[in-house]
Amino acid sequence: MKWAWNKFAMVLATGLLSVGTVAVGAPPNAPKAGAAPVMPRYRFENFTTANGLPDNHVYSVLVDGDRVWAGTDNGLGVYENGKWKIYNTQDGLAHRAVLTLALDKRTGDVWAGTMGGLSRVSGGRIDTYTQLNSGLSNDVVYGVSVEGENVWVATAAGACRLDLHTGQWSLYNERNTPMIEIWVYGVSATATKVYFAVWGSGLLEYDQRTGRWDKYEDPDGENEMVLFKDQGLIHEIVTSVSYVDNIVWAATYFGDSRYDGRYWHNFLTKDSGLPSNFTNFIKGIDANRAWFCTDKGLAYYDGVNWAVYRPSLTSGKPEMTVRDAKGNVTQVAVTTAPAHNYVLGIDFQGSDIWVATAKGLSHGILQR
Amino acid sequence: MKRRGHNRLRTAVVASLCGLGAALCGIGLWTGGRARADVNGRTGEILTYASPVEVLFSPDGTRLYVLCQGSAEVRVLDAASYAAIKSIAVGREPRGFSLSPDGTRLFVANSWDDTVSVIDTGSLEVAATWPVGAEPSSVVEDRESKYLFVANRISNDVAVLNAQTGAEEKRLAAGRGASYITPAPDGSRLYVTHVYPNFKARRTGMENRTPPEAEITVIDTAQAVVTDRIPLHSIAHGFHVAFSADGRLGVAAQLHPKNLVPLAHLEHSGAFADTLTLFGADVGKPVEIPLDELERYAVRPFGVAITADKSRIYVSCAGSEMVTVIDVQRLLRFIHTHQGPYAQDLSASANYVVARIAVGHDPRGIVLSRDGKLLVANRLEDTLSVIDTRSNVLSKTVPLAGPKQLSVLRHGEQTFYTARYSFQGQIGCANCHIDSTFDGLTWDLEPDGFGRDIVDNRLLEDIKDTEPYKWNGGNPNLPTECGPRTEKYFWRAENYDDLTLTDLVVYVRSIPLRPNRWRLPGYELTPAQDRGKALFTRTVDKFGNPIPERNRCSYCHSGPKGTSQKSFDVGTKKATDNSGLLDTPQLINVALTAPYLHDGSAATLEEIWTVFNPEDKHGRTNDLTKDELNDLIEYLRTR
Repeated sequence: MKWAWNKFAMVLATGLLSVGTVAVGAPPNAPKAGAAPVMPRYRFENFTTANGLPDNHVYSVLVDGDRVWAGTDNGLGVYENGKWKIYNTQDGLAHRAVLTLALDKRTGDVWAGTMGGLSRVSGGRIDTYTQLNSGLSNDVVYGVSVEGENVWVATAAGACRLDLHTGQWSLYNERNTPMIEIWVYGVSATATKVYFAVWGSGLLEYDQRTGRWDKYEDPDGENEMVLFKDQGLIHEIVTSVSYVDNIVWAATYFGDSRYDGRYWHNFLTKDSGLPSNFTNFIKGIDANRAWFCTDKGLAYYDGVNWAVYRPSLTSGKPEMTVRDAKGNVTQVAVTTAPAHNYVLGIDFQGSDIWVATAKGLSHGILQR
Repeated sequence: MKRRGHNRLRTAVVASLCGLGAALCGIGLWTGGRARADVNGRTGEILTYASPVEVLFSPDGTRLYVLCQGSAEVRVLDAASYAAIKSIAVGREPRGFSLSPDGTRLFVANSWDDTVSVIDTGSLEVAATWPVGAEPSSVVEDRESKYLFVANRISNDVAVLNAQTGAEEKRLAAGRGASYITPAPDGSRLYVTHVYPNFKARRTGMENRTPPEAEITVIDTAQAVVTDRIPLHSIAHGFHVAFSADGRLGVAAQLHPKNLVPLAHLEHSGAFADTLTLFGADVGKPVEIPLDELERYAVRPFGVAITADKSRIYVSCAGSEMVTVIDVQRLLRFIHTHQGPYAQDLSASANYVVARIAVGHDPRGIVLSRDGKLLVANRLEDTLSVIDTRSNVLSKTVPLAGPKQLSVLRHGEQTFYTARYSFQGQIGCANCHIDSTFDGLTWDLEPDGFGRDIVDNRLLEDIKDTEPYKWNGGNPNLPTECGPRTEKYFWRAENYDDLTLTDLVVYVRSIPLRPNRWRLPGYELTPAQDRGKALFTRTVDKFGNPIPERNRCSYCHSGPKGTSQKSFDVGTKKATDNSGLLDTPQLINVALTAPYLHDGSAATLEEIWTVFNPEDKHGRTNDLTKDELNDLIEYLRTR
């Protein structure tokens, strides 16, 4: 997957100035004045219950090589070799509603956060951890991230870490961190730093080397007006975080933020290509590029330009728009779109994307 | 030859013997530091036996490697003459070993040291010692010498090490009690078996009375990931696996407990089925087949070997002290022409078992030579049995160097592991106390009434001075527990003579304590353990109210072993229980012994308090936050 994105990055770097609807991977054309920048274009194939998805409400999606996992409102589906296999509570899944997924890349185990606990799917066996049978802080698990032997978990009552070697659970909440609210919506862990998206309590940073906590808050407080743009986190209600290449991408219900350790940059609909400030999920590709899953469509930001993929908010017809650095918006002719505007998750399979929406799972196949 | 811990054992023996009373003390007591032999010639002295558990041939067939658990060494013998070439010291309690595919390195899993010894087979020296997970029990290198896979019994995983440096790269989730790894003939897959049944998540609340589930974990050696798990329904304890040379037939040795019915019908084969699971292309879906026959039980099948021509399967049966021989063609014909299940059918094995060959005490690992010999490691006899596979006759018994005199402890251990004392030789103590530990199961014992007083099986380590025994505290001492009670309710046969019972009790009282893996070196506590200890010993709750003595953890679970040796009602009585008054269990290595509570109804330590302590009768805990409860559990794990 990484090689593909690297290639993608290289093409983008050389092709940013190219024009029209040339697909990613195509030879760069000479720039034409006034033309829209080249942004990736996809043909979307959508999965619903009609073709095997366990439920149309898809909270999360995870790609593991040729396998695609979908966390839905009624079970965990895995798509492989053209077929869906479904896991549900009778198989040991903690709860039917699977809110979040994470892959342990070393072992191939999949961790599923649900409305009733945390489950590990390993070689077809499901082990479940709940607030009653383990040290898990709460059964409502919004986020999970695997780093080394640690599984970091975001729950409705704080965050926690399971050390897979010792079995020890460590809980992080208002008693031992700067967390004021304990409704933790997301977590992104690396060997050096762990970031928590806390609903109403901003963004928390845990330094694994020093054991020190830091907190990033909206300089405007809980005010939904943005008085000081690019001065800090855009809002206290953080819904998702993605830490990649030493860059923090943070989503809120009131806009999104990028933080490089020194400078903040905020993204709002009024001055970016973001289709909505209400962002459910964010996933950085690298320091410059990220995907935004909003209530009004899926957005891609390449560091300069934006592309939005969705069924039209008015007609429902497939729609792709591209916004350049100057704010010029161009409509790109497409025949397919993600299954729904309400987008909840995304993951990457080579140059393709998989998108979790409120009404189905979408496979975006890059068009060249 | 002496080793560390002998002083402690010696003390244990002395104390044990003194505690049994004159009626049972037919053997000599310690006098002035010297032991004298009893009337049967057994000595009270602590002797270090070799205790061979596994055996291997070198790739060229000229050397024999014998893994000696008791003396903590690998003995190298000439494969033709069985003459000793060298003994190589390894770590404590080595449990498994294997050769690298090229035969240049011998890897040994040292289960008490949590290490792997790497022996250079050229120099016959230990070239390296690598740390691994908790209680490593077997070790296998892949064909490319890229990874070393180590099954860790306590951490329930398989560690993946860099085969050249020993650096651990990751751990794969295995089943509970991961212990034995066998590569497929083409090396592409590893098959891991487990000595304990898998954990069960609480769903209906009746998980303690549902059949055990175990698995064979299948690992892709190239990717070093778990690709499959072969479910073993109703199986609690798995041991070795063997494959036919063509890879089409896999055979796993295992124990199938019948713990959901009252243990009252040994005469009707009521305790265990000793079985094999067959899997692979030859059989299609996995099939469980029995080894037992009426009056000829194959107790605790352990080692498995299949002849190169796939004509015979050999299975060492530890409790029966024999090797069972199976005709493969007849076996396959049987399973393809008979509809199962037949795991408990005592008439089935007559269709394919063609011989039963008596060997030594507690036969464990077995290996076939190129020239048609089967070698058997008799752990509690310090011998190797050599069987001619053409005639299926014991052709020779090779003694290993070591003490020739039988000690009290050794005889007690033999008594613990043999099935010869039970009705028709069906079970032994070690059936429920796997490797002298526990079994992770609950049982319905007869004395309390059928369907009454379901009880969890408790750990035997370091149980000296934890009497009374039984969950209801009904047995005042071990001679009662191991003697008349066992005779009447378990063996249903004439029991031990007094001297044998004494030896058994000495052994049981001397079962040593495994190292606790949650304790830091020097017995320091982590911050979480330290906070947990404060909760364990507190006398005032978080609201400043005094906690009555009987509601303090440290009152009932007092003393170095975590038991006041008194009975209390902690509010866990079930409708099927005759009384709520229960003996306080010791806390020794409590982290290992799930499920918990007297009837195993708590699947985890957490559930003791999150589910089964609504009225604070099992300690004042409902004032604790979740993180405080986690701290308490972190402390308990150090006990």
